[in-house]
Amino acid sequence: MEEVYLDNSATTKVKDKVIETMMKPMKEVYGNPSSLHSMGIEAEKLLKKARRKVAKAIRADAEEIIFTSGGTEANNLAIKGTINTLQRYGNHLITTKIEHSSTLHPLQDLEKEGWEVTFLDVDEKGILDLEQLAEVISEDTILVSIMQVNNEVGSIQPIKEVEKIVQDYQDSGLYLHIDAVQALDKLEINLSNSSIDLLSMSGHKIHGPKGSGALYIADGTRLKSLITGGGQEFGYRAGTENVAGYVGFGEAVKLATTEVEADVEQMQKLKEELAAGIKDGLEGVQINGPEVTAGVPHILNVSFQGVKGEVLVHALEAENIYVSTGSACSSKDSKSHVLAAMGLEQKAMEGAIRFSLSSFTSKEEISYTVEKLKEIVPRLRQITG
Amino acid sequence: MEPIYLDNASTTPTAPEVLAAMKPYFTDTFGNASSVHAFGRESKEAVEEAREKVADLIGADEPREIIFTSGGTEADNLAIKGIAMQNREQGKHIITSAIEHHAVLHPCEYLEEYHGFEVTSIPVDEEGLVNPLDVAEAVRDDTVLISIMLANNEVGTIQPIAEIGKIAQQKGICFHTDAVQAVGSIPVDVNELNVDLLSLSGHKFNAPKGIGALYIRKGTRIVPFMHGGAQERGKRASTENVPSIVGMGKAAEIVKNELKEKQEKLTRLRDKLIEGIEERIDEVQLNGHRNKRLPNNVNISIRYIEGESLLLNLDLKGIAASSGSACTSGSLDPSHVLLAMGISHEIAHGSLRLTLGKYNTEAEVEHVLDVLPKIVEKLRAMSPIYNQKEA
Ligand SMILES: Cc1ncc(COP(=O)(O)O)c(C=O)c1O
Ligand SMILES: Cc1ncc(COP(=O)(O)O)c(C=O)c1O
Repeated sequence: MEEVYLDNSATTKVKDKVIETMMKPMKEVYGNPSSLHSMGIEAEKLLKKARRKVAKAIRADAEEIIFTSGGTEANNLAIKGTINTLQRYGNHLITTKIEHSSTLHPLQDLEKEGWEVTFLDVDEKGILDLEQLAEVISEDTILVSIMQVNNEVGSIQPIKEVEKIVQDYQDSGLYLHIDAVQALDKLEINLSNSSIDLLSMSGHKIHGPKGSGALYIADGTRLKSLITGGGQEFGYRAGTENVAGYVGFGEAVKLATTEVEADVEQMQKLKEELAAGIKDGLEGVQINGPEVTAGVPHILNVSFQGVKGEVLVHALEAENIYVSTGSACSSKDSKSHVLAAMGLEQKAMEGAIRFSLSSFTSKEEISYTVEKLKEIVPRLRQITG
Repeated sequence: MEPIYLDNASTTPTAPEVLAAMKPYFTDTFGNASSVHAFGRESKEAVEEAREKVADLIGADEPREIIFTSGGTEADNLAIKGIAMQNREQGKHIITSAIEHHAVLHPCEYLEEYHGFEVTSIPVDEEGLVNPLDVAEAVRDDTVLISIMLANNEVGTIQPIAEIGKIAQQKGICFHTDAVQAVGSIPVDVNELNVDLLSLSGHKFNAPKGIGALYIRKGTRIVPFMHGGAQERGKRASTENVPSIVGMGKAAEIVKNELKEKQEKLTRLRDKLIEGIEERIDEVQLNGHRNKRLPNNVNISIRYIEGESLLLNLDLKGIAASSGSACTSGSLDPSHVLLAMGISHEIAHGSLRLTLGKYNTEAEVEHVLDVLPKIVEKLRAMSPIYNQKEA
């Protein structure tokens, strides 16, 4: 079997059509979009078109899309930008315990600097506690930052309900920020008539290029920029624009959202097959996070009892199957803050593996993976047991 | 004639060899460099190889002193805010110059506004030069950072960075230089320059836009401002932009090998342009220093003419040029650099920047020297002030 890549939550392969669109700004229209000559104006046009593609996909206005160097920067900009503009309205921030490190770390730093930060609990399925949110939110809260889809277990947060709770406080100076990095091409995002002020996106999770992303900043939202210098991106983000990257990102968003239904259906089916194959074929396994039918279509997190996750990752790799134990950025420290927050036992955490699919994943690959798991897991258990 | 691109200080085309080097990393070796499996390890190796090449280009002792960023602006922001925040207990005074890029000036202003820092801006002489003695004099007990650019983006003046670096060293103050315009145009060596931090940007030397680096000398502590994953030794979170990093590495390797040749060629073309313009057009003035100047930079003020109309007319003839730095060229304010050099508003408004790159040819320069005087003549014929003077 050829390489079976099931680590699409870490990053994805760039689609050929995306690369095609990136060639023009690299080869022909290489001007700086801020330049006044034709070469610059043409580059600016490409950028505009890319911005429109992103805006259209999430039902926003083009002027509300600020390109960034990725999801991490979008999250940092959303959080720190809010702090710098809304600090006179309060000093309370709310997030969940299972956010990506690019949300958690800025907020943990702010906590050290004296801000009050509530990290909301999640249940065993990885869903945040809405009651707790309603309880802790106050006039003093200036930011609520919630991820739409968790990158390790694929749980989908009840964003509509969050919006309802948050709405009442938005007049007293509060921004709602959503990290939609893992949701963008899997769930429909419609920002017309929404209470969301800020929404983070990243290119490389949706078959676009690495180093590209965007922050949606709702019209009227005031945000202090993180990277300052030239006046690019409507003054929200300085630096010569990564034209090729943004053009590629725009195309990836367009492709993802126009093909979303068929792809999502296929991924969901394959994920269910994978889950069923594992559960039927092996004992001592446990699906972590949402029900197989409930989470996002591309993420399946499974604990194999009596097996160490890292060992299984390497054993699978020997069979040309590529998976991970959790988030790539923290793949070196073994303990997952997400699984811990969901109340998993130590043993289950140690044996956790994340399979993440893409629209390139085939039925054959899934059957092959199930077969190999059925061989490998008992063998590993024998060795350690 | 094919369009002539003379705006290489704004940005350069991505070299075909660079693009070729990047391509496999989009579709074949597309792994996340932080992933532990083979896809990830291959990406990681590619990133480390590129880091060595960039380190090599600027004479860094160790590749780990290179931190990849999303460009020159982010590198400048990281350097200025990172060093200031790291040392704010020791003091809150920063020294910089009046002609820095906005990517340095604005972070300094941010520190003044939000964190109570004080910034001393060193003036420049009429050729755009900073006097190292002025820097020495500005140093205080609470100075924690000196940031002076190696070469200016508008007038190309090359600063006496090694000397300033020595002063900083003697006084034990962190020293940063924005070398975005210099890297790829002149030899840059962090040890000869005595710098602790140095910013560079890929798209100024035929790598793609959206990739840059900050050199951080070993032992220099800095507070990161992009928080999240542990990438880049914890100094810059976010999934590594592997293809662009590879591209920047390739561009660094190429330019290191061809630098001497490139420098000679560009200097020759530059001088031909300057001398040609001075010969064929009256009442022009070269802005910046004649010799302590980047080999690719021509900045000339043509009296009685608006820079913007000159640009438009050149553009119609297929010549891409600029009137100042690209980021501010949308605004009508004259350049802060020219004003700091004591050049009047009127003269500053008539400034034209032509910046050469590796793909420019002698024939292109000759063509420009043929076209430019005609455009100037035409525009001056329409200028009331010029006609008054003639009459
Ligand atoms: C949920 C989530 N948010 C943010 C990020 C960061 O995005 P990027 O890698 O583009 O910096 C990631 C992935 O790494 C993610 O999974
Ligand atoms: C001197 C100087 N510093 C910094 C920058 C910013 O670099 P970048 O465009 O990569 O953000 C530029 C160019 O725009 C520059 O000329």
